[in-house]
Amino acid sequence: MGNVLNQIGIENYIFLCVILFSIGVFGVLYRRNAIIVFMSIEIMLNAVNLLFVAFSTYHQDAQGQVFVFFSMAVAAAEVAVGLAILVSIFRNLNSIDIDNLKNLKG
Amino acid sequence: MNTLLIITGLGVLCLLLEILNFRKGIVPFTVVGLLVALGVTMNDYGLQKGFYGNMIVVNNFSVAFSSIFIVLAILLISMSDDFYRREHAKISDFVAIKVFMLAGAVAMVSFGNLSMFFLGIEVLSISLYILAASNRMNVRSNEAGMKYFLLGSFASGIILFGICLIYGAMGTFDIAEISELSSSAELPDWFFIGIVLLTIGMLFKIAAVPFHFWAPDVYEGSPALTTSIMSTLAKIVAIATFYKLLTGMNAQLSVAYEWVLLSVSIASMTLGNIMALRQENVKRMLAFSGIAHAGYMLMAFLNLANSASVLWYYAAAYALAGVAAFAVVLNVCRDKQDENIYNFNGFGKKHPVMAALLTGALLSMAGIPVFAGFFAKFGLFMHAINAGYLVVVIAAVINSIISVGYYFKLILAMYTKDALDPVENPKPIYVVVAAIALLLNLAMGLFPSLVNNLI
Repeated sequence: MGNVLNQIGIENYIFLCVILFSIGVFGVLYRRNAIIVFMSIEIMLNAVNLLFVAFSTYHQDAQGQVFVFFSMAVAAAEVAVGLAILVSIFRNLNSIDIDNLKNLKG
Repeated sequence: MNTLLIITGLGVLCLLLEILNFRKGIVPFTVVGLLVALGVTMNDYGLQKGFYGNMIVVNNFSVAFSSIFIVLAILLISMSDDFYRREHAKISDFVAIKVFMLAGAVAMVSFGNLSMFFLGIEVLSISLYILAASNRMNVRSNEAGMKYFLLGSFASGIILFGICLIYGAMGTFDIAEISELSSSAELPDWFFIGIVLLTIGMLFKIAAVPFHFWAPDVYEGSPALTTSIMSTLAKIVAIATFYKLLTGMNAQLSVAYEWVLLSVSIASMTLGNIMALRQENVKRMLAFSGIAHAGYMLMAFLNLANSASVLWYYAAAYALAGVAAFAVVLNVCRDKQDENIYNFNGFGKKHPVMAALLTGALLSMAGIPVFAGFFAKFGLFMHAINAGYLVVVIAAVINSIISVGYYFKLILAMYTKDALDPVENPKPIYVVVAAIALLLNLAMGLFPSLVNNLI
C-alpha cells in the first residue's frame, strides 16, 4: 500500500479529497431538498475520512484510521438527529423543501 | 478526569430513573449529582496531569472553565421542572440531554488530543440540535433546529477537514506533540490551511461576524430555556475551546492572523450592537448582544500567552449575567406567545425584586461598575492596550456605549410604562436562580482578587 502511495503521490489524494469536499459544500449551499443537503454533508465528511486514511498510510500510523471510526460514528448520530428533525418538519409542513423554512426573520 | 465520568454516569442515571418512575426527583437528583461533580472538579485544582494516554489533560485552565460550566448547568437545569411542566412525562430526556451536553463541554476544555476535541464538540452540538428542535409541534422550533443542524454540521465538516490537514502535516493528533513540532521544523502548507479551516469552524460555533447569520434565527425559534443554554453555556464553551486550540497548537500567532482576529472582533461588536438596537424580541436582542460579546471576548486572543484569566473572568461574568437575565425572561414569558419587549411593561411595579434582578443582569452586560461585567471589560481593554492594539479598544469602548441603548430599552419598559395585563405571581425557582447567578456575578465584581489569578 505504501508503495502505491509513493507512485501516485499524496498530493493527488489531497486534490481528490478537496474536490469531493467542495462538491459537498456546493451541494449544501445550492440544493433546496433537505435529503440532498444531508447527502452533501455526508459527502463532505466522507471526503475527509478518505483523506484521513490516505494520510494514515502516508505517515505509517494507525491513529488516522482509528479517527475515521470516530468520525463515522459521529456522522451517523448527526444524521439520525437531522432526520428526526426533518420528520417533525414534514409532519407540520408536509414538505421537505428548506425554502419553506422562513418564519424566523428580522 | 473524574468529572467527565461522573457527569456521563449522571446522564445515564437520569434515563434510568425514568424507568423506575421517579420523574419528580430527577431534577433535584441531577442538581445534587452536579454539585458532587463540581466538588470533584475543584479538588483537581493545581493538578497538571494527562489521563488515558494524554486524551484528557487536567490543568488549571480546564478546572477553572469546567467549574463555571458546571455552575451554569446547575442553574439552568434547576429551571427545567417548571419550564417543561406541560411535557413533564419526558423530563428525564430533557435533563439527560443537558447533562450529556455538559459532558461534551467538559471534554472540549480538557482535551489533550484532537480526537477528544472533535468528540466533545460533536456531543455538545448534537445535544443542542435536539434541544433546539425539542418543541416538535411548533414550526418555529423545528425551523430553528433545522437551521442549527444544517449550519452546525457544515461547520463540523469544516473543522474535521482542518483536523485532517493538521494530522497530515504532523502525523499525530496529540496537542503537546503538535505544539512541539509546530515551533521547530519546516511545516507543509497543509498545516496552515488546517489552522484556517479550524478557525472558520470555531468562528461558526461562537457566532462571530462573518459566520453569525444563523444565531438570531436559531435563538429566536428555540424554546427559551434552550436559548439561554446556547447564549450562555455553549457560547463560552466554544470561546474557551477556541482559545485552548490556538494556545495549544501555535503559541506564536503571526501578525496577519492577529489582524484577522482583530477585524472579526471589531465587526462582531459593531454589527451585533447596531442590529440589537432595532430588535423587539428579547431573545433576538440577546442573540445580537451575544454576537457583540463574542467580539469582545475575541480581544483576549490578541496576546494569547497570558490572557487566560482575563478571558475566564469575562466569560464567567457574561454567562452569569446571561443566566440571571434569562431566568427573569423565562418567568415573564411563561405563558406568553412571544418574548417581545411589551411583555415587560410595568414589570418594575408588580415584581420589584425580579425587575431589580433583570436590571442588575443587564447593567452587568452593559459594563456598569459594581457588577463583574465592568471589571471584566476593564481587564480585557487593559489587556488589549498592553498587547499594543489601541484600535480595537477604541472600537470596543464606542460599542459599549451603543450597547447601553438597547439594554436600557428593556429597563425603561419595566419602570416607565404601564402594564398591559396582570402578571401572575413569580415562580420561586426563577427568582432563586436569578438571585444566585446575580450574587455570584456581584461577588466576582466586588472581590475580583479571589478569581483573578485562577489560571
